[in-house]
Amino acid sequence: MSTPFAKLPRWADYGLIPVVNLVVAFLVAGVVVLLVGENPLDAAGILVKGAFGSGQNIAYTLFYATNFIFTGLAVAVAFHCGLFNIGGEGQAYIAGLGVVVVCLSFDAVLPWWLTFPLAILAAAAMGALWALIPAYLQAKRGSHIVITTIMFNFIAASVMVYLLVDVLKPAGSMAPQTRDFLEGAQLPKLKWMLEALGLSVRSAPLNLSFLLALVMAFLVWVLIWRTRLGYEMRTYGFSPKAARYAGISESRMIIVTMMISGGLAGMMAMNPIMGDQHHMTLDFVAGAGFVGIAVALMGRSHPFGIVPAAILFGALYQGGAELAFEMPNISRDMIVIIQGLVILFAGALEHMFRPAVQTLFASISPRSMGVPAAKGEGA
Amino acid sequence: MAFLDALVQLLDATIRVSVPLLLACLAGLYSERAGIFDIGLEGKMLAGAFAGASAAAVTGSAWIGLLTAILAAVFLGLVHGFASITHRGNQIVSGVAINFVVAGSTIILGQAWFRQGGRTPSLAGPARFEAITLPGAEALREVPVIGLIYSELISGHSILVYVAFLMVPLTWWVLYRTRFGLRLRAVGENPAAVDTAGISVTWLRYRAVILTGVLTGIAGAYLSVAQNAGFVKDMTAGKGYIALAALIFAKWKPVPAMFACLLFGFLDAASIRFQGMAWPVIGKVPVQFINALPFVLTVILLAGFIGKAIPPRAGGVPYVKER
Amino acid sequence: MAGPAIELIGINKSFGTVRANRDINLEVERGTIHGIIGENGAGKSTLMSILYGFYQADSGEIRIGGKTASIRTPNDAIAGGIGMVHQHFMLVENFTVVENIILGAEGEPLLKRSIGKARSELQRLEREYGLDVDPDAVIEDLAVGLQQRVEILKALYRGAEILILDEPTGVLTPAEADHLFRILRMLKDQGKTVVLITHKLREIMAVTDTVSVMRQGTMVATRRTAETTVEELAELMVGRRVLLHVEKGKASPGPVKLAVSGLTVRDQRGVVMVDNVSFEVRAGEIVGIAGVAGNGQSELIEAIAGTRRAQSGAVMLDGKAIDVTGHADPGDLRDRGLAHVPEDRHHVGLVLAFEEAENSILGYHDKPQFLKGPLLDVEAIHADARDKIEKYDIRPPNDRLRTANFSGGNQQKIVLAREMEQDPGVLVVGQPTRGVDVGAIEFIHKRLIAMRDAGKAVLLISVELDEIRSLSDRILVMFAGRVVGERGPEASEGELGLLMAGVVKQEAA
Repeated sequence: MSTPFAKLPRWADYGLIPVVNLVVAFLVAGVVVLLVGENPLDAAGILVKGAFGSGQNIAYTLFYATNFIFTGLAVAVAFHCGLFNIGGEGQAYIAGLGVVVVCLSFDAVLPWWLTFPLAILAAAAMGALWALIPAYLQAKRGSHIVITTIMFNFIAASVMVYLLVDVLKPAGSMAPQTRDFLEGAQLPKLKWMLEALGLSVRSAPLNLSFLLALVMAFLVWVLIWRTRLGYEMRTYGFSPKAARYAGISESRMIIVTMMISGGLAGMMAMNPIMGDQHHMTLDFVAGAGFVGIAVALMGRSHPFGIVPAAILFGALYQGGAELAFEMPNISRDMIVIIQGLVILFAGALEHMFRPAVQTLFASISPRSMGVPAAKGEGA
Repeated sequence: MAFLDALVQLLDATIRVSVPLLLACLAGLYSERAGIFDIGLEGKMLAGAFAGASAAAVTGSAWIGLLTAILAAVFLGLVHGFASITHRGNQIVSGVAINFVVAGSTIILGQAWFRQGGRTPSLAGPARFEAITLPGAEALREVPVIGLIYSELISGHSILVYVAFLMVPLTWWVLYRTRFGLRLRAVGENPAAVDTAGISVTWLRYRAVILTGVLTGIAGAYLSVAQNAGFVKDMTAGKGYIALAALIFAKWKPVPAMFACLLFGFLDAASIRFQGMAWPVIGKVPVQFINALPFVLTVILLAGFIGKAIPPRAGGVPYVKER
Repeated sequence: MAGPAIELIGINKSFGTVRANRDINLEVERGTIHGIIGENGAGKSTLMSILYGFYQADSGEIRIGGKTASIRTPNDAIAGGIGMVHQHFMLVENFTVVENIILGAEGEPLLKRSIGKARSELQRLEREYGLDVDPDAVIEDLAVGLQQRVEILKALYRGAEILILDEPTGVLTPAEADHLFRILRMLKDQGKTVVLITHKLREIMAVTDTVSVMRQGTMVATRRTAETTVEELAELMVGRRVLLHVEKGKASPGPVKLAVSGLTVRDQRGVVMVDNVSFEVRAGEIVGIAGVAGNGQSELIEAIAGTRRAQSGAVMLDGKAIDVTGHADPGDLRDRGLAHVPEDRHHVGLVLAFEEAENSILGYHDKPQFLKGPLLDVEAIHADARDKIEKYDIRPPNDRLRTANFSGGNQQKIVLAREMEQDPGVLVVGQPTRGVDVGAIEFIHKRLIAMRDAGKAVLLISVELDEIRSLSDRILVMFAGRVVGERGPEASEGELGLLMAGVVKQEAA
């Protein structure tokens, strides 16, 4: 019980163990496939082909991945500060409002490259605002942020349904959605990018937001590991007492971090609204906020892990659509199961296989166990 | 008498929609009082609803459905325990994971087994819990006021409704009058005290998550085998989270939990009943506003503006023996 | 009659690579008070946790009353008549006294009868031992001394014949401690066996019949208390001729750097921990604050360093006020030249998950020298860290190693290097050598003297009286939140000890 974790080489800690967890998650998912009477290997084959089989499919995969990069980064930034932002879903949903207001106001007067930065700001601002309230309540009133952000997801859903049904819907329309944007609020597609790589794309929703997501991933890396603010966030995340000692304001950390997190989640709204559908529909977030949790856990809260994790989930979404077509028994809800299993094994059970891996390492080569544990403080 | 009729009908609806909240809320109470946060109430309830309806459809017995619902939810409770007690994983993460796994698998399995677009076959007769008419309900019907209340409001529910409301005093009694309850409350406050007193923290907490499973299973069975005649996808629709809100609202106490669930249930029933109705002075209240009210109220409570909700002290923290 | 109350034979216990207990033998006679003394980390608590079944020994044998006992869980220990009062009380704070008493010893599934039984049993214990406490009081409303009494009652209620107390006076006032000793003697007179774990010599001399000394996981000696002296025990504990005489010249105090007046600090519960304290620290002197742990020293330095809010009073740094009752910010204070080595380096002074270099800027991470605009100047930070590693001989010399992997002494050097190298005017130091190996202690002491000689004002608190005596130019003694006396460095240990115990002779503070 009280044996401290022995040390593993860094690559095992950051590479091997997450992979083991992921493999187990997929094995369990395979069992579900068996349960519905299909062959898991066939299913996996169709899925991979559906996700990466053609330029078209890759474009779709990256389109979905874009959403998850944003929401994964949002969750990760909060994790670094010791906060669990489970409200990415609501923050992204509300942020749609910011995007829509900018697009509806300027799509007739501005070119897309001017609407784009305005929409980014508006999306980030609305997402940040929706995160600000739970953050403030945690910082100043001690309300548990996990609970308040869950509550705010539901409140956001109610607010948005009300707005779409009663306010934003154009007169005379039946569908609860905004009017279509004009060209000034439509983001360019990234067809050229894939075609430059020799892939052929007919039409796919992959758009400029993907590059924005990559830029954000890089900026988050800079923020966390290269800025004073990121240093302060990590200090607070590891030890609130040490942060106090270092003169770092607790409430400032909570509020600033949550606003950054909410802003990142908010930018997710750009991708479907401005990049693809060119209007806002009900429930356009479609669970991406929650996928962000799985992505952040799988990517170990590091942007360089989050991007591949997001692409993996993008592949699951795209490949899952193909799979549902080929094997009607396996609808896209399969992805939700896999997502849950990844969260379970990469998150809640992340240490389950650790002792086994350690034993393995110790038996292969005792010296690869890293620095010998330094003498403790005595017992 | 039209007003009274309407009121009784509204309250009757309140009771019906409160029952799953109440069962899930009491379920959460056992777990959280033992120091295991559980945001997976939603998932366990949904699993119970699916398993219950499936088993009832296959066997034709509501009781077997109930039992299966309980088994499914207990299994998930044990998964949560395995992650958060045995492996000391993050309880929030584990709860989120369970919710997703269930949300996906109920649809996939339902479609694969029954091929009705994620629904289970419609239940009828003994495959469903029917309303029970309490003794004398018919005879008393004509008595003014009391007769109406007794025959409409109190009588005429399925057995699970009565079980749910009986669980309130029973939970209170277990918590405050039994050895198990004393230990359960203690382990949620200071597990080290329990450990040094020679009681197994692990086993105590496992028993708590099993009880949570039993009650969420009943809640799920109520949804699909009593209130409705079968399972439809995502039929819990956030009830697990509302139950969680109610639990906080009730400050983790059984009797206030009942009132919190009745309040939230009332809001739900009223929002359906008065949908689109214009009120004097305030005018039309959007139904979404009423739907959001339980969550708004809980946030206000959490912010400490109306009393203070202090969770069990050891909640959310895995127990590690100190050196 | 059967054999001794407790016999431990060849007990070994390791945690990872740390050997907490090595081949321990111990024999405690029935009906005696047996002390186990040793420094922090000597392995006393581990040994008693093994006896109480909280840990399993790796090897060795336990005999209770002459019979071999297999103690795997606290239950086995309780069944064998062993009760333990832990250093941190094992009470459920929002339960009543009687609920805490019966927890785990309810006897039957329903509470009604067990509570009734506990009530009458409590009355009996009150009659027999004078241990009165309101059975319906809620624990969190009780004073610490009373909470400890509940712990003792818990053990007695379970029929304990052997009572282990782990550092029981750490949280008590001297009056409460004396009361505890009276209770222990009474228990002895009733035939109970008491094992008292402590690192305080005074307590051993005051209350025990026999005493065993532990050092670095081994049992080094057992003596009859009447036949030993404080000096002998101290020597056995430390393992070499005391003391630590630090080479230092005479101080030449300059102007006042830090002036504290009328400072009052309450803790979270509202209890006054620092009571109207006033003193000054001048440039070029070390002022040491002596006192038994828990007499307000920690709260005092935390308030001065801005990590804890004071309720009233004033602190002047270089003649300018620090907003100790409002928003004193440790970051601002660092800018104004006040450095702080906190008592708890694990949770406060360091982030153990950080690389060494990251910790070497903690609190100074906003200094221009480490920044390039909003970005951290990574190269400058690492260069600076390597520089400090060399200057302070931090081992292993690896600025990318996780801080948790350094030994206690090297961790402390990381903190000291960081705080001293910024050339502060005032240095506030808490427990500079707690959990630090002997070699590092000497190094740290020399550095502190060097700071003084460089004209810095040093405020030092330590529970090690020897450390205070050998480093300080002036010694203030704190007791129950107040400064009860000031002495020069030549003051004898006995004299200071009396002050620390609250015995004020001639003058008021």
